Amino acid sequence: MKTMLIHSLLATAIASLLIPASALAAEPKPGGDIIVTYQNDVATLDPAIGYDWQNWSMIKSLFDGLMDYNPGTTELVLDLAQSYELSDDGKTYTFKLREGVEFHNGREMKAGDVKYSLERTANPETQSPGAGFFSPILGYDAVSAGDTDELEGVTVIDDYTVAIELTAPNATFLHVMGLNFASIVPSEAVAEYGKDFGKNPVGTGAYELTDWTLGRHLIFSKNLDYFKPSVPYIDSITFEVGQEPMVALQRLERGDVDIAGDGIPPAKFLQFKNEAQFDSLMVVGDQLHTGYLTLNVTIPPLDNLKVRQAINMAINKDRIVRIINGRATPANQPLPPAMPGYDKNYEGYPFDPEQAKALLAEAGYGEGFETELFVMSTDPQPRIAQAMQQDLLNIGIKAEIRSLAQANVIAAGGAQNQAPMVWSGGMAWIADFPDPANFWGPILGCEGAVPGGWNWAWYCNEKLDAMGDKADAMVAEDQQEERAALWGKIFTDAMADAPWVPIFNEQRFTVRSERMAGDESLYVDPVHVPVNYDYIWVK
Amino acid sequence: MAFPTLIRNLCRHKSVAVSLVVIVTVVCLAVLAPWVAPHDPNMQYFEGLTMEGAPLPPNEKFLLGTDLLGRDLLSRLIYGAQTSLIIGVVANGIAIFIGTLVGVCAGFLRGWTGAVLMRLTDLMMAFPALLLAIALAAILQPSIWIVALVIAMVNWVQVARVVYSETIAIASREFIAVERTLGASSFRILFSHLLPHLLPTILVWATLGISTTVLLEATLSFLGVGVQPPTPSWGNIIFESQTYFTSAVWLVLFPGLSIVLLALSFNLVGDALRDELDPSLKGRG
Amino acid sequence: MPIYLLRRLGYAVLILLGVSFITYLLLYMIPADPARQLAGRSATADTVANIRAQLGLDLPFYQQYFNYLTNLLQGDLGRSYIQRTEVSTLIMSRLRPTIELMAWGISFELIIGVSLGMLAALKRNTAIDRFLMALSFVGVSSPHFIASMLFLYLFAVNLDWFPLGGYGEFQHVLLPALTLGLLGSGWYSRMVRSSMIEVLQQDYIRTARAKGLTRARVLFRHVLPNAIIPVIPMIGIDIGIFIGGLVVVESVFGWPGLGQLAWQAIQRVDIPVIVGVTMVSAVAIVIANLIADLLVPLADPRIALDKS
Repeated sequence: MKTMLIHSLLATAIASLLIPASALAAEPKPGGDIIVTYQNDVATLDPAIGYDWQNWSMIKSLFDGLMDYNPGTTELVLDLAQSYELSDDGKTYTFKLREGVEFHNGREMKAGDVKYSLERTANPETQSPGAGFFSPILGYDAVSAGDTDELEGVTVIDDYTVAIELTAPNATFLHVMGLNFASIVPSEAVAEYGKDFGKNPVGTGAYELTDWTLGRHLIFSKNLDYFKPSVPYIDSITFEVGQEPMVALQRLERGDVDIAGDGIPPAKFLQFKNEAQFDSLMVVGDQLHTGYLTLNVTIPPLDNLKVRQAINMAINKDRIVRIINGRATPANQPLPPAMPGYDKNYEGYPFDPEQAKALLAEAGYGEGFETELFVMSTDPQPRIAQAMQQDLLNIGIKAEIRSLAQANVIAAGGAQNQAPMVWSGGMAWIADFPDPANFWGPILGCEGAVPGGWNWAWYCNEKLDAMGDKADAMVAEDQQEERAALWGKIFTDAMADAPWVPIFNEQRFTVRSERMAGDESLYVDPVHVPVNYDYIWVK
Repeated sequence: MAFPTLIRNLCRHKSVAVSLVVIVTVVCLAVLAPWVAPHDPNMQYFEGLTMEGAPLPPNEKFLLGTDLLGRDLLSRLIYGAQTSLIIGVVANGIAIFIGTLVGVCAGFLRGWTGAVLMRLTDLMMAFPALLLAIALAAILQPSIWIVALVIAMVNWVQVARVVYSETIAIASREFIAVERTLGASSFRILFSHLLPHLLPTILVWATLGISTTVLLEATLSFLGVGVQPPTPSWGNIIFESQTYFTSAVWLVLFPGLSIVLLALSFNLVGDALRDELDPSLKGRG
Repeated sequence: MPIYLLRRLGYAVLILLGVSFITYLLLYMIPADPARQLAGRSATADTVANIRAQLGLDLPFYQQYFNYLTNLLQGDLGRSYIQRTEVSTLIMSRLRPTIELMAWGISFELIIGVSLGMLAALKRNTAIDRFLMALSFVGVSSPHFIASMLFLYLFAVNLDWFPLGGYGEFQHVLLPALTLGLLGSGWYSRMVRSSMIEVLQQDYIRTARAKGLTRARVLFRHVLPNAIIPVIPMIGIDIGIFIGGLVVVESVFGWPGLGQLAWQAIQRVDIPVIVGVTMVSAVAIVIANLIADLLVPLADPRIALDKS
């Protein structure tokens, strides 16, 4: 993301030499009401519960947390916290909160709210999918087991100071505080709405929810008392649901819709790319995403390293990228290029079917073998799986495709002996926060190789896990480069065991109408996925 | 009536004659697919897509164009006929079997058994067929046989009801009473009198049923719970291509037309059969 | 009559009970674990276990079903796994659009079906008759998704006669309702045609004509009412198939009804919603059949009420 920002800065600098000064000063204009469309109903706006790509950015606009990211980038910055201090042993963070920040119901946010919010997420009764992220906090185990409601490690020192103690130094903690799950919520609103808080959210964010007609639309209105001056710019956002993506695009072309939330269906993509007037409406950005084929290392013959390496060399990634119309870049390692720790010099396994066949023969499977490939049944995933199927057939492996509903594929992957191969497309993995640790634990670490886990390769390398723990203990500012390099090494070492075939890194494409303005990176924000509603404006 | 006479009578209507031709053609295509299809239906050709990955419209090499993976559409349509027909015959066969069994038992045995069986069919009819099929397909990890089974589970009810009322009608006729007094066992009555009389009904419903089956399979595939890729079925070709509807019309047009044509043909033939074999059935649901 | 009604109601309740049992059983057998789904991808085993206990998913099947039934009788359909909203709220919010679409759809089915059937019967064995019957065949032979996509593309995108799907004023319901109506009218038009032909041959019709009544009067006061009788039970049977068509049509046209809800729920294996929508559909079908069964003898006194 940083490179993209630098590039766009450079581009702007050069362009500014060519464009007359009057046209340059594109100052954000306040005002305007925009329409965003989605096909599915919004599930919930409860920050402790909402965990799909649709409501992630919506929640970010309704709520704030201690930390956030610079708009359009992956740089951590302070948000509701004005400053923080890290103790010498690296275990305690003391945050000083901003004063005068108000919830949408008018009450001022205080340190007690921070403690309440964190405890709420960790409490099993809330059924929060993000509770596990708080496991580094002291006292989390007791809360998770249901023994107590209080997180021992979170202490309210005074109205505007809160201290959080961890069980061990953890370099990802500040990122965790930037997650939606760590958003600050007012206890009285939660008490009032109970389980329906998700439909009646109250936060400190740039927008507040003013209307929700189930199955039809939601309306966000500008928070006039927002603590950041001048943002947000837009007066109101109407999210219309139940809109088919193709139809939404037609309406966008006519100017009825401002942002097509579900993106561009593959068919329209080529048309958009090739017509100049539409091309300008499309924004491309990198995501912290990798699509991969997992190889279950516990199911023969995939338990044989040579077989897995052969499979790595058999898949033609360029062809697959072509099949999805070039909306991704081929990958050779688990980490996406925008992630710290990505190794530019790592070459991975080459596409070499002949060598793949040779390796298979060496492993004793010269005649090939039969296996199964699980995939989610929503287009284009089955197509991608079929392309891989053909590549495997070329080296003698007959893979039968199992195209199932997403939940069923996830269930199969999480059972040790059910799914030999799973194509992760449509399900995994986009980073929860821009740190390489998030790409390891759940999907390649031993902690994920459990029933119901997301480590569908069932890969467990304790040595690499230990290296990961060591990397996460490096909390000092001056250690961050070393930490990133260490993580990079962990992933490339893992590739030597070939538990996955990394296939591609999908790019994000957002379509906005002509009147939408604001830096392009805001429309493909890697954290406020996909759009950072707080900073965009209308011409 | 004798088979040749039947066919001759049916062909009196041009539309029915054409339908029979269509059905025979499709069957032949399905059976002779390996020889008739110009390409391997699963072969993803590199030159089957444009450089940007878009499918090709009909051209010299690929007569009906290619699909989104660069496979020949015509070959996939031909092999798709296999899928449609196999499922049609199997699903329908099972549906007819179960439906006839239930209907005959309920109609012949009457009393308690009959009432229970009929309530069972009412129960099945209360389910919206599509939801039931989708749910079953989601549980049973679809394959071509499971899809056939699922469709059969949903379709047997109509057959059962019709067979039931037919059985009652026939069983109440005098000659059955005569047979009983003469001492013939129930079993004999069943086989030598009842079933032959039911045959026309069964035949009509078998034919009409294939049309419903073809449509249901297409819809299930369209919703993503039909036969597994890469097995081609007319429904799942449309499913894979639906968002390309506006830019690659051939991918939806040709399979769509095939579905409608086949279903239509079976409908026309079934209806004509009904007129021919038992005019008293005319107009019944 | 009252005894018959009571007995039918009794059957209806039994049937609904059976539907609820089978649906719950089927969904219980789906391999996906709702607790894992709710817990999300980064959850620990503890969180998953906690959620499972809270949802009562660790109880044996019969106990889960029993709990569900008792809640059902109190109007509590549970909470959606995905949206965390009460299922009853979700269904209520989408009931009106679906009823609107159903009402218009069935109305169009009947209007188109009856008029075309009548026309075909009056002009029987002419080219018009054959054309109309062919049209009705094509209608029932077309899958809903193809027709919906075709009509949407043709009439809304290309010709711009209708809005691009969605919900709103009358013009929004027109195209989806017409699609449903055109496809479903085939059965009715064929039924009406043969029924009318039969009626037209009756003695009392010839008597009426001989008495000097105008053609129109005979048609509308004597022929039509009698010809439509067989249509009534058909509506009951039709509802089941119609609901299936709704799922597809609502999804293609972006109509915020129960069909769209059902489809989204099935995609995400949102079991409480799936069970809820199935129950609602079953109730609709059972009621429709009941009404149809009761109306028939009212329309035609010759048919005895108790025809089990």
